[in-house]
Amino acid sequence: MFLRMIRGTLFRQWKKMLMIAFTIALGASLATAMLSVMLDVGDKVNQELKTYGANITVVPKSASVLNNLYDMEGDSSGAYLREDELGKIKTIFWAFNIVDYAPFVNVKSELDDGSKVTVVGSWFNHHMDLPTGEALDAGVASMRSWWEIKEGEWLDESKTGEDADAAMVGTVLAEQQGLHAGDTLHVKGEAGERSLKIVGIYDAGSDEDEQIYAPLNTAQALAGIDGCVDSIEVSALTTPENELAERARRDGPSSLTVAQYEKWYCTAYASSICWQIQEAITDCVASPVRQVADSEGAILEKTQLLMILITILSLIGAALGICNLVTASVMERSSEIGLMKAIGAQNGAVSLLVLTEIFITAIFGGVIGFFAGWGFAQIIGHTVFGSAITMRGMVIPIVAVLVVLVTLIGSIPAIRMLLRLRPAEVLHGR
Amino acid sequence: MSLLELKNVSKIYGELHALDNVNLKVEKGEWVSIMGPSGSGKSTMMNIIGCMDKPTKGEVLLDGVDIAKESKKNLTTIRRDKIGLIFQQFHLVNYLTALENVMLAQYYHSMPDEKEALEALERVGLKDRAKHLPSQLSGGEQQRVCVARALINYPEIVLADEPTGNLDEANEEIVVDLFHKLHDEGTTLIVVTHDPEVAEVAQRMVVLRSGKIAKEKVNDHFTGKIRFE
Repeated sequence: MFLRMIRGTLFRQWKKMLMIAFTIALGASLATAMLSVMLDVGDKVNQELKTYGANITVVPKSASVLNNLYDMEGDSSGAYLREDELGKIKTIFWAFNIVDYAPFVNVKSELDDGSKVTVVGSWFNHHMDLPTGEALDAGVASMRSWWEIKEGEWLDESKTGEDADAAMVGTVLAEQQGLHAGDTLHVKGEAGERSLKIVGIYDAGSDEDEQIYAPLNTAQALAGIDGCVDSIEVSALTTPENELAERARRDGPSSLTVAQYEKWYCTAYASSICWQIQEAITDCVASPVRQVADSEGAILEKTQLLMILITILSLIGAALGICNLVTASVMERSSEIGLMKAIGAQNGAVSLLVLTEIFITAIFGGVIGFFAGWGFAQIIGHTVFGSAITMRGMVIPIVAVLVVLVTLIGSIPAIRMLLRLRPAEVLHGR
Repeated sequence: MSLLELKNVSKIYGELHALDNVNLKVEKGEWVSIMGPSGSGKSTMMNIIGCMDKPTKGEVLLDGVDIAKESKKNLTTIRRDKIGLIFQQFHLVNYLTALENVMLAQYYHSMPDEKEALEALERVGLKDRAKHLPSQLSGGEQQRVCVARALINYPEIVLADEPTGNLDEANEEIVVDLFHKLHDEGTTLIVVTHDPEVAEVAQRMVVLRSGKIAKEKVNDHFTGKIRFE
């Protein structure tokens, strides 16, 4: 009998039930889409932020002390990192999160006209075959992706070779010296001199526009520091810092308990990745570039907050819609419900009947909404991030719980009305 | 002991005394009609007797139990077990068939029994219309389904509110004949009506006016048959 009544209501009021299902589907789809994007946005935003450069710098320990004492940024003061250890960066616990890195050597040089200039030696698109079997093309070509090439092209190590006497020149220096792509520039360093062929003129929008970027070995030869580098810039996918990471950074990992240390070490915080780099590279200090790390965290938090707000608002909207539709449905059926009560139905039995009808509708709407939401998430993923959104398993139970809660909350006014409904009033029209 | 006894029952809405100190006894197996003009308190009395409302003052003894003191939940149980309701507007669930409408009362009482429900429809002459929806039945047929539903749980009192109010003469006669049959079988009937012809066929007629019993009349020539002039 119960099922006959449910079936009767669902088929008789199919338009209203369809509206309720549609409202639930709308709320569920937005919740699914936002939750899916929110849970995946961390990696996506991190990937996006990688285009703004490195978020970790590695310098020799002694240089770091001097930097801290005298704020002498960029001066290695005779301390160097070992070039042969660069590959170790891709062997740390969070190696998979290291998406790019490049070594740097700064050489104070002189041009033929006597003007002073800094030659920066680095990788451009340095190819590495890692012990893990992976291959990585790392260097400034990807880490300085915002550079605008005004003339010529990026220096391509695969074409020119590491030792090639080629270079890229900043726009300011190029203008001062009247240089163009294809010209040759003679540079005299502390330990040698080279004639460099200019393959490209770049606009970095910073002090780098007054510098010359050359292959690492070229700069090492000018400075006479074979096998040494001044610093390393690392671009890593990181988890936004929290209180634990902040404490580890401020007081050192030794201040953490064993459990806290394990959690910190096994989470991709910038500070724990720095710690692991320090373990891999001899006598170095790795530190997060706070500006980038902080903006990553801030953008991520704001994006997630925005999505939570959209989810909450859409669910409130759905609850209000359900509330209106269910209340209207109960009002329309007041004489039927009054009759049931008159012939002996207790409040619980009538509430169960109405709630079952609504929940069957909610399941229908929720399933449709979930798949629609999955589709929305993919549209958002491709439109905003240019890639698919990975659907996390936890989205399904969360959306199911939200649909149940929203349906219950939306049904409360109707159920209250139903409980207050007196058969005498509806059956006699009073 | 009377099956139903109203002792000094009043129902007051603000300044309005819908029922004013009413005393009434209904014996088991009796057929009583309650008559009166609109606003005389007929429906209020029916709601109180039918456990759908409580009096402001007084006692309503049904089988010796004062239903005026019972909780809402208990009133529903008493209504379910002891009272069969018939309405002027029929109040059938329009997406259930005639048979299912009868079974609905069984469902909320105990267990639906299709065979028994079919027998109830047979008693009111609608066995062949059992699978029809209310919209496929005439007014008289709908009221007979309503009667079958009221009888299905063997109530102690059948309470009919304007049972012929929406029927033509032919159907009115069929329904009154049905009441006569029920009365012969020992069912206690309380019929609220404003139709003198329907009221006068009862064993006893109670006339309400302004919430008070204005007149009580015992039918000396009780036949239970309606006499149209």
